[in-house]
Amino acid sequence: MIEFRSVTKRFDDGTVAVDNLNLSVDAGTITVFVGPSGCGKTTSLRMVNRMVEPTEGAVLVDGADVRASDPALLRRRIGYVIQQAGLFPHRTVLDNVATVPLLSGWTRRRARDRAGELLELVGLPTELGKRYPAQLSGGQQQRVGVARALAADPPVLLMDEPFSAVDPVVREGLQDELLRLQAELDKTIVFVTHDIDEAVKVGEKVAVFRQGGHLAQYAEPDELLARPADDFVSEFVGRDRGYRRLSFLDASGIELRDVPTAREGALPEPRPEEWVLVLNAEDRPRGWLPPGSTVDTGSETAEVQPGGSLYTKGTPMRGALDAALSSPSGLGVVVDEDGRYAGVVTAEEVLEAIQQRRAEPEHGEPEQGGFG
Amino acid sequence: MLGDIVQYLSDPFNQDRILGYLGEHLQLSLLPLVIGLAAAIPLGWLASRTRSLRLTLMGTANVVYTIPSLALFVVLPGLIGTQITAPINVILALSIYTAALLVRPVVDALDAVPGHVIAAATAMGYRPLRRFFAVELPLSVPVLAAGVRVASVSNISLVSVGALIGTGGLGALFTGGFQIRYLPPIIVGIALTLLLALVMDLLLVGLRRALTPWSRVGGAH
Repeated sequence: MIEFRSVTKRFDDGTVAVDNLNLSVDAGTITVFVGPSGCGKTTSLRMVNRMVEPTEGAVLVDGADVRASDPALLRRRIGYVIQQAGLFPHRTVLDNVATVPLLSGWTRRRARDRAGELLELVGLPTELGKRYPAQLSGGQQQRVGVARALAADPPVLLMDEPFSAVDPVVREGLQDELLRLQAELDKTIVFVTHDIDEAVKVGEKVAVFRQGGHLAQYAEPDELLARPADDFVSEFVGRDRGYRRLSFLDASGIELRDVPTAREGALPEPRPEEWVLVLNAEDRPRGWLPPGSTVDTGSETAEVQPGGSLYTKGTPMRGALDAALSSPSGLGVVVDEDGRYAGVVTAEEVLEAIQQRRAEPEHGEPEQGGFG
Repeated sequence: MLGDIVQYLSDPFNQDRILGYLGEHLQLSLLPLVIGLAAAIPLGWLASRTRSLRLTLMGTANVVYTIPSLALFVVLPGLIGTQITAPINVILALSIYTAALLVRPVVDALDAVPGHVIAAATAMGYRPLRRFFAVELPLSVPVLAAGVRVASVSNISLVSVGALIGTGGLGALFTGGFQIRYLPPIIVGIALTLLLALVMDLLLVGLRRALTPWSRVGGAH
């Protein structure tokens, strides 16, 4: 666990970067510090591994004041992932990853073996180990940065805008990868970003900072989106937070409906006057047969329309809405965990479920955008 | 003319002398290069960390480099109490020049190391001294190497001046040739000085390449 106790950081020129921060980060969770630039989020992060020393107050890791530890030894127990990865350009990927184990006195052989394991863990082929960082793509470099931070198996991981230098598509992949890794490793992670979407995606708890180093709100993402503490937070999380919030609600309250189905290769004749969902032999949806289509349009594949995105039961409601909106029949196809057909939902039903959820909190929310 | 040179070179006595001078020249230029570099690195490191020190050190370095070499060769023995013809005078003087010449490249080279790489090294748990030798110094080699090449050529040419006060090196071929108004040793001296500078430069380029295999890899961005 990481605790900030009445932490203030004042720089020599008088600027207050962090103002009386009180916050505790639960062990084994991802906590995101988010806010505009100059809000003190990175300064706060760097006080955990003593890259910055607080002017007042104390930072505790597992109950011990970090100032009681030698900085270099403390840092070897705290993984750190920096923006642009910060890899050592003059060392091979493998030696980059082996940095902390080598500093901690492991033998070169053991450190390199460990580094190889970590490359696999972050999804990189071990052959990349022999290359230099300049020979890797931005996304690959970030993965190496994560591997390097994890090399000595530190219980705490600090990530300072780790994915902001890569393009949005790669960033999404890296975020998913981080969540997958965390499910496996169970680290205490503090993650700094200026991107609220990233914050609510990766964070189990989110601390919103505002200029002058004030903590504006510290809450779970759903809570943050549903009940922003003040105008600043409300503005910062943005007008489309209603849609964002769908990411945190599952669609368990929605009743699934049935729709006529048919087997691939054995479509009913004559063609029915309604939408028919075409399934393969394993009950996996293949597409939609439009109402009143005629047999003589040629091959079956030409007749069946591709079916839009699928929604897997138990995943966030955002997916159910996507499925309904992308389906040619207007019916979102719901599948079980194995990808088998389970039922359909309409966009109206999803929206209704959202309205019900929204009514649950005691005080109503400010006007929501996003659904028109 | 060519005949004179061939005749001069074919004399075993001359050959021994030329080789001796060449060895001296190499020693008198190479040793100060190493000593000067070893002095410039900590000085440059200090200058790169403290703003006030940077201005002072760079200013001093510039002034030192403008002192005429012959004056330094003549004044130094008086200051450190050595014989005027002792090679140590030339070695010391050239070490000072080398250090003065290299302080700026060291500062530039250290400045060129990306800040986020240094921050990452600190965050990994490097202590400052180890970080300097493991990260900052290796990364400054490409920029530093250019300065060292200039210093190498500068030293090789300045050693010749030492011959005026009788410290040996290939410059002795010039002074000797002038005294007896005999051209071949002068020409041989010039040619060998140029050749030495060229060979040293090639060796330094080779050394730089060997030290920085990482700087030649293509980016995949």
